[in-house]
Amino acid sequence: MSYLNISNVDVVFPTANGAYIALREVHLEIEQGEFIAIIGHSGCGKSTVLNVVAGLLEATRGGVLLENKEVNSPGPDRAVVFQNHSLLPWLTVYENVRIAVDKVFGKSKSKAERHDWTLHNLKLVHMEHALDKRPGEISGGMKQRVGIARALAMQPKVLLMDEPFGALDALTRAHLQESVMEIQAALNNTVLMITHDVDEAVLLSDRIVMMTNGPAATVGEILKVDLPRPRNRLELADDPTYNHYRAEVLRFLYERQRRPEAA
Amino acid sequence: MGEETEMSKIIALALAPPVVAEIAPVAEVHQPVRVAANTERQPPASPAYSFPPVSKVRLRAAAIIRAMVLPGAVFLLVLAVWMLVNAKITSDIPTPAATWARALEIFGQPFYVAGPNDMGIGWQVLYSLGRVMAGFALAVAVGIPVGFLMGASRDVHQACYPLVQILRPVSPLAWLPIGLLVFQAKDPSAIFVIFITSIWPVIVNTSAGVQAIPQDYLNVARVLRLGKLEITRRILIPATLPHILTGMRLSLSVAWMVIVAAEMLTGGVGIGFYVWDEWNNLNVASIIVAIGLIGLVGIVLESLMNLAQRHFDYNRR
Repeated sequence: MSYLNISNVDVVFPTANGAYIALREVHLEIEQGEFIAIIGHSGCGKSTVLNVVAGLLEATRGGVLLENKEVNSPGPDRAVVFQNHSLLPWLTVYENVRIAVDKVFGKSKSKAERHDWTLHNLKLVHMEHALDKRPGEISGGMKQRVGIARALAMQPKVLLMDEPFGALDALTRAHLQESVMEIQAALNNTVLMITHDVDEAVLLSDRIVMMTNGPAATVGEILKVDLPRPRNRLELADDPTYNHYRAEVLRFLYERQRRPEAA
Repeated sequence: MGEETEMSKIIALALAPPVVAEIAPVAEVHQPVRVAANTERQPPASPAYSFPPVSKVRLRAAAIIRAMVLPGAVFLLVLAVWMLVNAKITSDIPTPAATWARALEIFGQPFYVAGPNDMGIGWQVLYSLGRVMAGFALAVAVGIPVGFLMGASRDVHQACYPLVQILRPVSPLAWLPIGLLVFQAKDPSAIFVIFITSIWPVIVNTSAGVQAIPQDYLNVARVLRLGKLEITRRILIPATLPHILTGMRLSLSVAWMVIVAAEMLTGGVGIGFYVWDEWNNLNVASIIVAIGLIGLVGIVLESLMNLAQRHFDYNRR
């Protein structure tokens, strides 16, 4: 049995026009320490998959097993990095991470240890210089860094990232991708990342899960990315293997799963 | 914004040259003489876009003058209209000078007491403020929980919303007879009127604030497995506080407006009854002074609420 098992998940939403089948038979097995990217056109239900794993949404049929235990409610063992960072604006950068640390390690760590752990995680994302700033005072990229620190600080079994860099400009995004690779090399987390960025998927992940278009979206194809780590964006730019993977994903997205009436 | 990231510095560097390149020709086209003059005076490093230094003192002085002169002009205009009314329409409206003399008289002895119906204007204002604060405090104490319930539960919202909508636009004075009947006394009735008119902004804003809490914050709470009490204390209250404070600010200014009207009808010590009393005595100068004072107290209340907002509202800290 694999570490994280998304087992034949169906998600159906009741609507005024009858049941809307968002996901059908989504099956995915993920090993510990794997970095998985889920890619697909917008509206294909990528985020729905992530929300089911997070426990924020219940599967209509099928289910999710983490270390052979069924997941049916949200919890810090499946920390989420939300697309729009969702930091609490009335708390400082430090407090935003500390609230998670206090909640998860309130019993197992002393106050001093929790303080150190908060700082440690903010250092991991290079945000130790802005501890007392509020989210409104830092840039979008920095907010997302703090969001990542908050998720990492929960020491999750699986790190869930919902288009974490989707709202950022290209340069900032590249910067954060480097950080994520750096952290991944150090911590070897199990990561499930939703993205719509082909380069991001190939650069970061061990496997790319390509989803078909909704309704009744499902796993279309899984591409194993066999590139040595650490990966360097500039070197890879001319690497034929990298470009081959890139082309594979593009072909899936734009030939086989072209959006019916592309907007 | 906060500190710059390395990225933003790189972006800034990348953007810098073209911006400069665009400015230079424009400057030359529009102000050739000035550019030439500058080249002679300044070191030749960047002659085209070096401006003479602007004195900060001069900027500050200009700002102060504007802040004084513009409102001053409007003030003078109002004085002129006032004098015109006095001269051409009715001499019952006293001149600004006479009013000023009366103001000095009134404020010379703000806290005298010459019997229950003859007290200084300071006491009048304090008694009114006391009623306003009592009614306002009640409105806040009842309005915030009700607003929370309406914001959090769709059923409660559906149940209460029509009533709120019907009662909200009712003139405060329409409530006064009800208050007098129920309480059989002047002070509680006045406080009741304040309460019933100033509660609506608190309810409406609180419930809107609760409804406006992004789902994301609640998802964060769910991932962290916060309990009900923790969610209320750490998410709901801080997230709605800005809305609540806005509601309270509106509510307080409504309360201060209502008290004058209410006291005119209930009598007793208070700035509203003072105005009414002076009208009966035909002391129009006193009324004008009272109008000014009511406005000033309103500003003070408003700035106190602003201060509170600045202190508690994370958006404005």
